[in-house]
Amino acid sequence: MALRCLRLRPVLSARRTFSTTRIARSDALFVHRDTPYNNSKIPFKFTPENLKLAQEIISHYPSQYKKAAVIPLLDLGQRQNKGWTSISVMNYVAQLLDLPPMRVYEVATFYTMFNREPIGDNFVQVCTTTPCMLRDGYKILDVIKDHLKIGVGETTKDGKFTLVEVECQGACSNAPMMVVGDDFYEDLTPETTKKILDAFAKGQKPKPGPQSGRHTSENSAGLTSLTSKPYGPGEHCLPEFS
Amino acid sequence: MLRLGTKRAFRTGARRGFQTSAKRSADVTLTIDGKTVTVPQGTALIQACEAAGVTIPRFCYHDRLAIAGNCRMCLVEVARSPKPIASCAMPAMPGAQVFTNTPMVHEAREGVMEFLLSNHPLDCPICDQGGECDLQDQSMRYGSDRSRFHEIVGKRAVENKDFGPLVKTSMNRCIQCTRCVRFANEVAGVEELGTTGRGNDLQIGMYVEKVMDSELSGNIIDLCPVGALTAKPYAFHARPWELKDTESIDVMDAVGSNILVQSRGPKVMRVQPRTNDDVNEEWINDKTRYAYDGLQFQRLMTPLIRQGDRFVPASWEGALTTVREGLASSGANGNEIKAIAGGLADTESMVALKDWMNQLGSDNTALDCPGGSEPPATGVDVRANYLFNATIPGLEEADAILLVGTNPRHEAAVMNSRIRKSYLHTGLEVGFIGERVETTYEYDYLGADLKAIETFAKGKQGFAAKFKQAKKPLIIVGSALTEHPDGKAALKTLAEYVQDNKAKLLNAEWNGFCVLQRNASRAAAYDIGFVPSAAAAKTTPKFVYLLSADDVDPKTIPEDAFVVYQGSHGDLGAQIADVVLPGAAYTEKGTTWVNTEGRAQMGRAAVSIPGAAREDWKIIRALSEVCGEALPYDDIVQLRDRMWEVSPTLVRFDTIERTSVEVAQFGLAQLASASTPAKASGKTFEKPIKNFYMTDPISRASVTMAQCTRAFVKGEDYGFSKDETAEQASFA
Repeated sequence: MALRCLRLRPVLSARRTFSTTRIARSDALFVHRDTPYNNSKIPFKFTPENLKLAQEIISHYPSQYKKAAVIPLLDLGQRQNKGWTSISVMNYVAQLLDLPPMRVYEVATFYTMFNREPIGDNFVQVCTTTPCMLRDGYKILDVIKDHLKIGVGETTKDGKFTLVEVECQGACSNAPMMVVGDDFYEDLTPETTKKILDAFAKGQKPKPGPQSGRHTSENSAGLTSLTSKPYGPGEHCLPEFS
Repeated sequence: MLRLGTKRAFRTGARRGFQTSAKRSADVTLTIDGKTVTVPQGTALIQACEAAGVTIPRFCYHDRLAIAGNCRMCLVEVARSPKPIASCAMPAMPGAQVFTNTPMVHEAREGVMEFLLSNHPLDCPICDQGGECDLQDQSMRYGSDRSRFHEIVGKRAVENKDFGPLVKTSMNRCIQCTRCVRFANEVAGVEELGTTGRGNDLQIGMYVEKVMDSELSGNIIDLCPVGALTAKPYAFHARPWELKDTESIDVMDAVGSNILVQSRGPKVMRVQPRTNDDVNEEWINDKTRYAYDGLQFQRLMTPLIRQGDRFVPASWEGALTTVREGLASSGANGNEIKAIAGGLADTESMVALKDWMNQLGSDNTALDCPGGSEPPATGVDVRANYLFNATIPGLEEADAILLVGTNPRHEAAVMNSRIRKSYLHTGLEVGFIGERVETTYEYDYLGADLKAIETFAKGKQGFAAKFKQAKKPLIIVGSALTEHPDGKAALKTLAEYVQDNKAKLLNAEWNGFCVLQRNASRAAAYDIGFVPSAAAAKTTPKFVYLLSADDVDPKTIPEDAFVVYQGSHGDLGAQIADVVLPGAAYTEKGTTWVNTEGRAQMGRAAVSIPGAAREDWKIIRALSEVCGEALPYDDIVQLRDRMWEVSPTLVRFDTIERTSVEVAQFGLAQLASASTPAKASGKTFEKPIKNFYMTDPISRASVTMAQCTRAFVKGEDYGFSKDETAEQASFA
């Protein structure tokens, strides 16, 4: 009603539109809709190797609590199913663990690392939590958006990349960082980020870890302590022990 | 969320969690608002507060469901605790000093309320929960008078779910108390309902699209503290303050659930459960709750007389005279005059009808069930032979249950929830003989025919062994078994088994031989002796009086017999009648109902009887006068005196007269010595109720029940959701 009134009047000054902040969800919906690529009729089964792994995982828990294996099994299923957890994967896990399927859906929708929609070959997760944000994590995110020409939560047309924004991955000392697949790429700059993405686009796999050249999270300005050679066995001992 | 592994019986494998530790009965004394109370150990603080007479506001806590502790509305202050404490999730501790009325408590609850309201739509004027909404009520005390909510993106929006033709959802209003989820998983056995997502996006649903297929689904509407789940058939029909409450008894099955019939003017608007821990706790099944719209359709309003192919409306005088003439012209004498009482016949009218039949010299009082025209297999001399002796609360004490030819889920849905409760919380073992059915608990399947019973009786392993070791074993015999050709033989085998194991199955504390009736009138009919004598069963009737008998097979009634139908609905019975006498439905008369335990309960009239219809016993009383000698009672009090003479249990309301061990043993001896056909028919014990939603004239006339049949039994699109958009648009 209010909108209609506004439309009738000529615009006098720049008026504020209702702002609609994009809600960045890890996944679109918390209900399932059958689609050609995701419906319960699509068969899913663990490969023999994965089934062995699954049984190994289940054996870690007492038999009456085997539902405790639901998260590792969903992860296993997601890995086998090209990085996303389809309804068939959930149903299969439920059947494997003797659970009502809803109990598995609850878990799969609760945890954001279960992708319930298909993803690209390379799943790019950029951290923008406080330490990364302070180290220009958002710039990295923008660079990726521009470079891949996709927004957050989208997949490139060629199906090679999916970009999502994530919370802290625990690599704060090497901020800013992103995760591609299972590997961390840290100490990013716009240039190194593009280089990594290009390498992935060509099907190569760049070396994970800090891209600044430093070793793990050592001081980037060089070591300030523990610089001397660590002493070995037998050194500085009483003569009778050396 | 349900800690106990729960699933339907058709799945196999490990399921239940560990047994909970034994109950400790030590008492705890604590102080609440300066008042000292003593409660059993393990009591939640919220219950201790109730005991002290303090009402704590709550949304998620419900005393018949598991504790969730997620609404935070029940915060109280406890001395030496730095933070307010959720009283539902906190056990009462000895010596605790609890304060429920301090500034800290008020501030905490007001904060919680503000958060709840920040995402709750302000649509109370168009919400069906208005007037009976916990959130509305509690916001009167703890809600702020103005909003601090300035989110530009607006409140959380959640799409509505389609749970079927009974439960209407408006998920924007949901406050995620998860009562419905807990009820569905624990009580109803619908494990498809759960919570998806997290945080602000958490929502209730089934994730995949499906209807909520349960006989108890209507209870989640009562449980919902807000207007997220409301009744579809009742949508936008009335406000709670417009309704007149009448406490009554349900007749859709033999449980005798206590109900509250809510009416406005001459119309029953809805049926709600009434708490009775000995019968239905506080649940009722969906047929009880929603078949009420059948009270308006297919009703018989005036007496009708058949003329050729059609019925002609008549005056009462004309109709009663026609019956008298029909009785005379049919030439029926003695046992050739037959009366058949249906499942909805009330006790008063059955007593009157039997008295009238006896007055006419007939013993041919039959029942409207397969084999109802013959003396019943259980006999009627000993009550223990046809009643649910263990009682409904006793069901929870049993540690092994054998179901024979019965599906409690459809025959007594509310009782079935007790079996599930016991199954979830104790080590209950269930064995099943009969046509395979989907239950809400796992069972050992033993077979479908008489042979399976015999194998069980002789069995030394598997379920038979478990049953022998059980401390309180329970055999539940379905009413359909007693109507089966092999029923006598089956009862004989079971009676012998009980006699052989009477140490556990039949003693002063426990009678483990139970018959589960499925019709509201049946236990009373047996109490009255509304069964034919052996001689009468062989007679071909010339005059048939159908008292609410609508399941009768027209082929069993001779072509030339004069048929009178008395009842509330124009169902099958009325079609074959020569004279139709309009009676009252259960919401229109104050009558006695005896449930399957033998518990007499008083139903009360909520609305007036439509048209020229009359109370059933009065019709029979009038007819007896027209046909000769009037029955010796002129009002309901005199009739109840007569009922006292017939059986005192019929008028001892709300109590159970237990059969003594000696008499029960005598009854079993009768069953064990019954003469059975030399050769068993070997037919399987089929389930008597194929469609739970349509079992009697009222539910068959109900539109809601027809929609349930389409949605749940046939699995079709029930066509209610589609209309809903249009309907809501015109209202909202």
